[in-house]
Amino acid sequence: MKTKLVLEDGRVFEGFSFAAGGTRFGEVVFNTSMSGYQEILTDPSYCGQIVSMTYPLIGNYGINSQDAESKKIFLEGFIVRESSRRVSNWRSEKALGDYLKENNVLGLEGIDTRALTRHIRLQGAMKAAITTEDLTDQALLKMVKASPGLVGRDLVKEVTCQKPWEWNKTGKYKVVVVDCGVKFNILRELEKRDCRVVVVPAQMPAEKILDLSPEGILFSNGPGDPQAVTYVVANLKKLIGKVPIFGICLGHQMLGLALGGKTYKLKFGHHGANHPVKDLRSGKIYITSQNHGFCVDLDSLNKNDVELTHLNLNDKTPEGLRHERFRLFSVQFHPESSPGPHEAEYLFAEFIDMMKKK
Amino acid sequence: MPKRTDIKKILIIGSGPIVIGQACEFDYSGTQACKALREEGFKIILLNSNPATIMTDPGVADVTYIEPITPQVVEKIIAKERPDALLPTLGGQTGLNTAMEVARQGILEKYRVEMIGADCETIKKAEDRELFKKSMQNIGLDLPRSALAYNIEEARQALKAIGLPVIIRPSFTLGGTGGGIATSVVEFEEIAALGLKSSMISEILVEESIVGWKEYELEVMRDKKDNVVIVCSIENFDPMGIHTGDSITVAPAQTLTDKEYQKMRDASIAIIREIGVETGGSNIQFAVNPQTGRMVVIEMNPRVSRSSALASKATGFAIAKFAAKLAVGYTLDEINNDITKETPASFEPAIDYCVVKIPRFTFEKFPEAKDILGISMKSVGETMAIGRTFKEALQKGLRGLEIGHSGLDNKLDYSQIADEKIKLRLREANASRIFYIKYAFQKGYSIEEISQLTGIDPWFLDNIKQIVELEEEIRVTSIDRELLRKAKQFGFSDRQIADLTGSDEITIRKLRKEKGIIATFKLVDTCAAEFEAYTPYYYSTYGQECEARVSSKKKIMVLGGGPNRIGQGIEFDYCCCHASFALKEAGFETIMVNSNPETVSTDYDTSDKLYFEPLTFEDVMNIIDKEKPDGVIVQLGGQTPLNLARSLENFGAPIIGTSVSSIDEAEDREKFSKLISKLNINQPANGSAFSKEEAVKIAKTIGYPVLVRPSYVLGGRAMKIVYNDKSLAEFLKEAVEISGEHPILVDKFLEDAVEVDVDAVSDGELTVIGGIMEHIEEAGVHSGDSASVIPPHTLGDEILDTIRKHTQAIAKELKVCGLINIQFAIKNDLVYVLEVNPRASRTIPFVSKVTGVALAKLAARVMVGEKLKDLGFTEEKTISHFGVKESVLPFSRFSGVDILLGPEMKSTGEVMGIDVSFGTAFYKSQVAAGQALPTEGLIFISVKNDDKRDTVFLAKKLCDLDFKILATKGTAKVFRSNNIPAQVIGKISEGDKGLLDLIKKGQIKLIINTPSGQRGQSDMKYIRSLAVMYGLPCITTLQGAQAAVNGMESAIGDALGVKSIQEYLGLNKE
Repeated sequence: MKTKLVLEDGRVFEGFSFAAGGTRFGEVVFNTSMSGYQEILTDPSYCGQIVSMTYPLIGNYGINSQDAESKKIFLEGFIVRESSRRVSNWRSEKALGDYLKENNVLGLEGIDTRALTRHIRLQGAMKAAITTEDLTDQALLKMVKASPGLVGRDLVKEVTCQKPWEWNKTGKYKVVVVDCGVKFNILRELEKRDCRVVVVPAQMPAEKILDLSPEGILFSNGPGDPQAVTYVVANLKKLIGKVPIFGICLGHQMLGLALGGKTYKLKFGHHGANHPVKDLRSGKIYITSQNHGFCVDLDSLNKNDVELTHLNLNDKTPEGLRHERFRLFSVQFHPESSPGPHEAEYLFAEFIDMMKKK
Repeated sequence: MPKRTDIKKILIIGSGPIVIGQACEFDYSGTQACKALREEGFKIILLNSNPATIMTDPGVADVTYIEPITPQVVEKIIAKERPDALLPTLGGQTGLNTAMEVARQGILEKYRVEMIGADCETIKKAEDRELFKKSMQNIGLDLPRSALAYNIEEARQALKAIGLPVIIRPSFTLGGTGGGIATSVVEFEEIAALGLKSSMISEILVEESIVGWKEYELEVMRDKKDNVVIVCSIENFDPMGIHTGDSITVAPAQTLTDKEYQKMRDASIAIIREIGVETGGSNIQFAVNPQTGRMVVIEMNPRVSRSSALASKATGFAIAKFAAKLAVGYTLDEINNDITKETPASFEPAIDYCVVKIPRFTFEKFPEAKDILGISMKSVGETMAIGRTFKEALQKGLRGLEIGHSGLDNKLDYSQIADEKIKLRLREANASRIFYIKYAFQKGYSIEEISQLTGIDPWFLDNIKQIVELEEEIRVTSIDRELLRKAKQFGFSDRQIADLTGSDEITIRKLRKEKGIIATFKLVDTCAAEFEAYTPYYYSTYGQECEARVSSKKKIMVLGGGPNRIGQGIEFDYCCCHASFALKEAGFETIMVNSNPETVSTDYDTSDKLYFEPLTFEDVMNIIDKEKPDGVIVQLGGQTPLNLARSLENFGAPIIGTSVSSIDEAEDREKFSKLISKLNINQPANGSAFSKEEAVKIAKTIGYPVLVRPSYVLGGRAMKIVYNDKSLAEFLKEAVEISGEHPILVDKFLEDAVEVDVDAVSDGELTVIGGIMEHIEEAGVHSGDSASVIPPHTLGDEILDTIRKHTQAIAKELKVCGLINIQFAIKNDLVYVLEVNPRASRTIPFVSKVTGVALAKLAARVMVGEKLKDLGFTEEKTISHFGVKESVLPFSRFSGVDILLGPEMKSTGEVMGIDVSFGTAFYKSQVAAGQALPTEGLIFISVKNDDKRDTVFLAKKLCDLDFKILATKGTAKVFRSNNIPAQVIGKISEGDKGLLDLIKKGQIKLIINTPSGQRGQSDMKYIRSLAVMYGLPCITTLQGAQAAVNGMESAIGDALGVKSIQEYLGLNKE
């Protein structure tokens, strides 16, 4: 079926559908990971976005039931150069196209994804529509322009859990994970390090969280604009200094806001599994998995108290902060990987260490 | 960490001659390293015996030794140059092994030389099977079950413990020589014995067979601060059991989930740390069980390898350059990625295309050897293709291979191939299996059946099936725009589409252009377009956007030589690089087109622009359409670009240099013959035959023996000397197939003539000789296989002057603009012209190294209109030293093949010996080629009757030099009657095993055997094979033997000295 992508600035790409039908709107971004499409699809942080994969051959190893990062697909559309007709992997259970269809997600293939990537690099991430319907470019463009986009939008409420739940029953350290769109691998990494993990909705008030008497609180990754998620930022302000806190991605941005800083939108963000990050404390470089469109402006923070711990070596953006006295730290990238390199896992160990020091 | 300041001079050891398993990728890596380190202010001392390399150009290293790569030579260089450090990881296995031996002998310690990059401990841990296994167990990684054996008894014990089938891998060898898979006890005994022999330390690993598993490779880099990056993952199309050098390979990995890939990545990082490669690159191989996902580690190369060259070209990440910088103390984040400029080297390339590498085989040169592939590498070259899909890259790769396929096409009619044959060709891995997969699909085989037979992953097979299905669609439906576009995106060439639709290439080209289906060029940028790229390195695809940045500068395009093969290799790449360097210097924008990932020419900074594309009319013309170059150079890349010249010119390509019609005049035998007659130059009687009958008739008129061959070939393909009607008939069968509509050439063969090669450069007015080379072997041995010497050592001035005169006359007549190579034969003081090639020859780099005149650079400048006078090259250079080129032959790879030299070229590479006397230079060339001539001991001589008289003088000399002589009855009788003591030994065919025992015990140090007649004695064939197996020097021509004795005499007389090329050429700045 003919399918097209219409960008906010009027550029149109025509290809074919390999999944569900209809019309969807979202911010179009590109991801440069060469493997891990299943993890990307199930990462709640992509809520409200259309993701284009720069690697052209996607779907080769199918979909399995172990590699999902959440219960469903939250993104609006998925774009690939070529979706594999045949899957091949000993763990594969179904084909990519079928999986998207089951989740009612649109899939577009056969377009020049490199041209799209270059366009986004030069013009910035922008709003777009994918459609399998017979609509004129002009009509679609109008609709795209009217669509909400990401800026100022709280998408956390779309992806967070409805009520608290326990990931596991036992563990030495009780950790509350504030689910802003959490990836399962964060929970797995905590469990691996002897944590008892309770996942709570993003809206849960600070007092209620403290009632659970956690030894540490983790603010997870998630979609959308951090400035729109005022309720979590407000909660954070109340929790800072009381219990050790670890923020990842959106959690990092909201922590930045809670500490009095600002956030801003990046031109096209970082979405990939090959970003070099330097830990400024050790000088060591880690290849990290990243997925974010907003960034904390570290200059806006009180530098005497907040330490800049990590730097993205590609564009020199700040990607980690730490406050010794308040016992908190956060990173912009994904120490839980999935997809991507495992190198930054050590940050979970630092979180444990922080909880140990009472 | 900034660079080290405690070291100033670094010694780099190259990889020596091009052999199977070690090709020009090490010239590429070595050249990059030399450049990178000199940029940092280090003084580089280089040792490499291969003159055809860019790295041995006098300007690349500070001090360059073209000497044999042996520990003795290394010690002499160290004593003379006193380097602070030795970088052993850039010269392949040869460089690594030599460095290890030098260290073991205590030489490094004695002269306080530090090994940088990887130290001895590390190399041992990675190369020594047992230590490697232990290391892997330490870090909890899985390996195939295995045991080491040092003798056949231990090997049998190991087999008992592991069970059949097993793989036998000898330690410390090149590219897996001597290994194999044993499925029976008999096979096991045979392979194990051979393996023990071919291992430098008589050690083999007997290992659980994991044949049929999926095979992966990861390219890893590490710096002093323990930062590690994975440059590239590679998935082998062919499963375990086929040497990765002989496998079709694909980058990046296609069928691993991220979970599995990350597990492999973690393992790689753990391995590089455990083995302790402190800085630089390593290649790590894994196997994965397709049913269970069990992952095992296969091996690690603690050095830059063939795969790292491939990974560099596939990603744009300069592995060798970075490895060199890391070795001197930099860290990954301190080095910038040249391609993006902004981002550091401490990242992992993200690629947005699919890369396919396809090996190139030359089994046609060794008809006695089977084209079956296994764990011992057989391919002589490779091509790489880039596309946006696997299908596109595969088809581009297949046409880039230049074996007569224009993609995954239909050379054979599938319906005519029997099922048994299909099944056999699928089951037994072989050079043409990829086509048999296609035939199988056409015959209705399912993916599962084919996967079962081949062990190839269903994902790859389905992609091939898609090609087959689309092909059928093209065949049966009328082709519309949509379908044409899809076909191009699937990698179909215009010619393929033409063949399917009963049209021709040009019509399809026009049709698709009318329909607006035009090749677009995309960048290889290391980052999937996330950042802007500055280095223009392109590939073509059929997308919506073209990224080629066409400048308004004056630009010249150089067409490269494609995949290495016997007859066309590094020498031509050398010439192409030189042209690029020279024209860049002269202010032109240079554009390189080539498809060979091993080469310096495909390094992204050799030319201003690089198009990594197959060298076919279609692909080249697409680039010309886009770039509109002011000139296209076709005479430097060997036969490949020359074959395209006519059609490119017909389409308006501005071919510069010698005109296409002049090239044709030299290649067309009829026209050539007339031209030579016109100039009153002698040529062997000859004729061109268009039919079998005609060939026989011509042969009769001329008189046997005659030299027969197809026209337009390189490397003497299918060239033969025939002595009678019967063998002529045999030849004709094969030859007619090869030359198509071209005629068969029949020349009178001049027996026992001296052959001479001349390389010259001409600007249309002035022709200057670059070098006159006298062949050691007589005419009839292909010039590429013959040893040769500059200056000629037996020819008189009168003859040389005649040769010079003829060269001038021919160049003038052909209006040569650029290079010309002429082959002469001298018999009874008459000079005959055998062949004229108005193009770069294989000997250009050799001549340039010996004389110091960069002929290819001059040729390039001349082609753009400059005059030799203005370039300062007006007369032939005289030199006071001798350079000897010796060829290196691949016989040890092809069991059952006789090692006799003939008109069909068989060598893969060459070495050079240089010294002030001919004898010493020759001796060095032999040592460098791995034929270490003895200075004492027993020599076995058996020569044909014609040679017996001349051999007497040789034997006498050997006797005077205190050698002992062993001979067969006839030869011994002649010696004795001339008062030369000789022991007699019986013939093997008569049941005497004495000679075999002596060879096996290593008591014979040299064999001199000239075969009689066309076939040679059957006894001798066996002895020669044995010599190859035991690495025993074996000389098969009388002239070769004379030179050898000359060399041995020099070597006995005084110890070999070393002298740099800069000293020989008077380039020493100090």
